[in-house]
Amino acid sequence: MEFASSDRPESPGIEAMALKILIAGGFGVGKTTMVGSVSEIEPLRTEEQLTERGAAVDDVTGVEQKTTTTVALDFGRITISRELILYLFGTPGQDRFWFMWDELAQGALGAIVIADTRRLPSCFAAIDFFEQRQVPFVVGVNCFDGSQDYEADEVRAALDVDQFVPVRLCDARKRQSTKELLTTLLEHIMAVNVHASKAPAGP
Amino acid sequence: MSGGDYAWFDEDAGPLARPYTLTRGRTRAARHELDMITLVVALRLHHAGELDHAHERILGRCQNPISVAEVAAGADLPLGVVKVLISDLIDRHYMIFRSGWAPTTAASPDTLQKVLDGIRKL
Repeated sequence: MEFASSDRPESPGIEAMALKILIAGGFGVGKTTMVGSVSEIEPLRTEEQLTERGAAVDDVTGVEQKTTTTVALDFGRITISRELILYLFGTPGQDRFWFMWDELAQGALGAIVIADTRRLPSCFAAIDFFEQRQVPFVVGVNCFDGSQDYEADEVRAALDVDQFVPVRLCDARKRQSTKELLTTLLEHIMAVNVHASKAPAGP
Repeated sequence: MSGGDYAWFDEDAGPLARPYTLTRGRTRAARHELDMITLVVALRLHHAGELDHAHERILGRCQNPISVAEVAAGADLPLGVVKVLISDLIDRHYMIFRSGWAPTTAASPDTLQKVLDGIRKL
């Protein structure tokens, strides 16, 4: 074997199309776990470093305070065929890295927002973001330890998302569960596209 | 710099990225619009001494088509740095990238169906 990394029968060519789906939600909600549950590779981590000029300037020395922040992104890959590769990106857990979200959301097919019923507000920022950018999304209510304290509809009401946005219970650790959530997302994206193409074009 | 009347505001301060040493201070990928999922591949082998270590390291990871994000993760370098280095390699014809498809182009119904079928088969 010439390349150890190309032992799949259908290694994509350079003409392949790469697509991405985002996995969002609050810090520690299970984003990387969900990526890993369906990825064909161990989730990879890529980082971007930022230097932010501090707002305060030290009056005595005149030296600007700078802080360097590292934003980490975990992602996985599903090779659909020689022509199609799907990447799953976990979004940074902290809401303040909006610029990173912008690049991530650009051209994304859609997103899964993971909700944790013990701290629902942690996913509000992600929902707001995708609603504003009109990125189609579904909500996965992660049932930790198999506990199911709420029904999907109760969570929907608490999150105040549109009626047509699918809200499903899930287990981020389980491949089958993530697969079903991705299937729901794809069906939702297709439904949104059909709806948009049928919408009346003005008065 | 002449005293207190010099100030940077917003964009004047440049992009929010460290001016990296490896890229000789460049923080933007020149000429090429590289997204995290843009696929790149090495075109040819290089001879010893032709490239500096950083570029060599990147090129070595691209013998098969691979996304910019995967190159960055494998090389353990920040995305911004890797984009600049890849852009250099493209300029110097060591590498090509998948052009003609922008990440902002909406996926066709046919493509979405293929993704859905692929996920169902997982």
